Amino acid sequence: MTKRILAYIDHFQGQAVPASWEAVGAARTVADALGGEVVAVVVGQGVRELAEQAIQAGADRALLAEDAALSDFRPEAYAAPVAKAAAEAEALLLPTTGRTRELAAMVGVDLETGVIPDVVALKVEGETLLATRPIYAGKLLSKVRVPERRPQILTLRSRAFPKQEMDAGRSGEIEPLEVDLGEVPTEVLGYAEAEAGVSLSDAAVIVSGGRGVSSNPKLTPPAEIADEKEQEIWRAQQGFKLIGELAEVLGAAVGASRAAVDAGYIPYAHQVGQTGKVVSPDLYIACGISGAIQHLAGMRTSKTIVAINKDPEAPIFKLARFGVVGDLYDVVPPLMAALKERLGK
Amino acid sequence: MNIVVCVKQTPDTAATVTVEDGKVSWGDAPLVLNPWDEYAVEEALRLKEAHGGKVTAISMGPEDAREALKQSLAMGCDEAILLSDAVFAGLDTLGASKVLAAAIQHIGDVDLVFFGRSSVDSDTGITGSQVARRLGWPALSLVAKISAIDPDSRRIEVERMLEEGRQRVAGPLPAVLSVVKEINEPRYPSFMGIRKAARAEIPVWSAAEIGLTEELKAAVEWPEIFAPPKVETECEFIEGESADEIAQKLADRLMEEKVI
Repeated sequence: MTKRILAYIDHFQGQAVPASWEAVGAARTVADALGGEVVAVVVGQGVRELAEQAIQAGADRALLAEDAALSDFRPEAYAAPVAKAAAEAEALLLPTTGRTRELAAMVGVDLETGVIPDVVALKVEGETLLATRPIYAGKLLSKVRVPERRPQILTLRSRAFPKQEMDAGRSGEIEPLEVDLGEVPTEVLGYAEAEAGVSLSDAAVIVSGGRGVSSNPKLTPPAEIADEKEQEIWRAQQGFKLIGELAEVLGAAVGASRAAVDAGYIPYAHQVGQTGKVVSPDLYIACGISGAIQHLAGMRTSKTIVAINKDPEAPIFKLARFGVVGDLYDVVPPLMAALKERLGK
Repeated sequence: MNIVVCVKQTPDTAATVTVEDGKVSWGDAPLVLNPWDEYAVEEALRLKEAHGGKVTAISMGPEDAREALKQSLAMGCDEAILLSDAVFAGLDTLGASKVLAAAIQHIGDVDLVFFGRSSVDSDTGITGSQVARRLGWPALSLVAKISAIDPDSRRIEVERMLEEGRQRVAGPLPAVLSVVKEINEPRYPSFMGIRKAARAEIPVWSAAEIGLTEELKAAVEWPEIFAPPKVETECEFIEGESADEIAQKLADRLMEEKVI
């Protein structure tokens, strides 16, 4: 039997997560090395288009599970068809998201096999996939494999694998994946929208702020803010506004250090580091971040790091490609203007 | 309500971790309750305070892995149980979930199980969902808020943190929850709590005790752990007479390096 490498297409309400195509690409590489085929797995309602896109991205064919009960993601409901599809497969590759961690976890239990989450590198060694994944938030790396059991289940970190070019000329079968969903215990009641802006995990560029954003003595808080702590937060928020503007010029996401989040300057969703998001953009601009070990763990794999900090001894400069010793309030506004000019904005 | 919190002992996140003889070392950094688990313990305690009942902290680990349990007791958990057995050593999440699920069943009549979103050492974030799957209970992971819970009608409603926003989900009890930082602000252990925890006898349950007779074997193996390659960066400091000059130079260097 041809070896089957499955690529799961993760989506939110029919919109594919970009890393899904990276998973298809990685599955293609694995299948070519093992002499197998790439089968995309698409689960949802009204998501046939994603199956077509998966074939354009490099899958040989696709399995499509559609049902009204699958219109919202619920791990119990989604695990059933994915486990059925994966039962006879060599490997199942998924992009890493909150949803797929659950899905991979459950399919792992259903098929009593190993799950390797958040893989950043992959190679084929004999018949087995040898994965590399960060542990201790990237302070260390671990090689991991599932030596005997099958399928090998891996979730691949966003942006760690090459982006796939879509080839509209590719064609392949889309076969229905039918499964009895049984009684699904949970019910999705609705959604509250996330804050607008670029998601940290997908961002090619991130501009981050730390404790330093609150220290602009030139800013005078409005008279009605009398409390010292609130004045500090107000100053910091002006600082993050500036960081947000620079991010906008670069089409970047806004990040923050834990110190800035703990001080109440910006919501936790922006935190980069060991207890926040681990990111790996092409460009990371750290403004007023000294570089605590927990923060460095979350961004050290960024391709190019720029640090702007008043303290020339700040640890962040040890990772930085470019450094500016200075006040971010002096440097960021002219930097923004200079970049705008060069980017023709 | 009968609540179980699954906790793990991890090195402090400020620790410098290195590899020595192929094993992870954190020097003499303290071992602590996994930071994410503090939120799980806190939420369990709040539910107990609102609805009555009992909170039991359980942890799988070697004989000396009691720090996380002591800290859970100090925060206010009623009981702590260490799951320890030679056959548990070196298990992956698939095996750990089997042990935890068996322990939860052995405790009996459990309404809710809490996990932190992941542990700061192995960072897998999948054990909670695997335990839920084994128990056949709904998995409500990445919970940022418990909007409603009714122990009588056995129903829970939560907000889950997805990348795209919050998803509101309802389900029946018993259920397994994993929680994120937004859910609460964990309390500090009280002086009395710390004293109680220091004196507490922590029972140890073996595989036989929780009725696990089958052979336990990890499906995953870790042939090598290594430090990430040292990034050979020599920081190029951009200097100039004025902020504007520095900004112009930096923008030029970024263009030259093709990073934007």
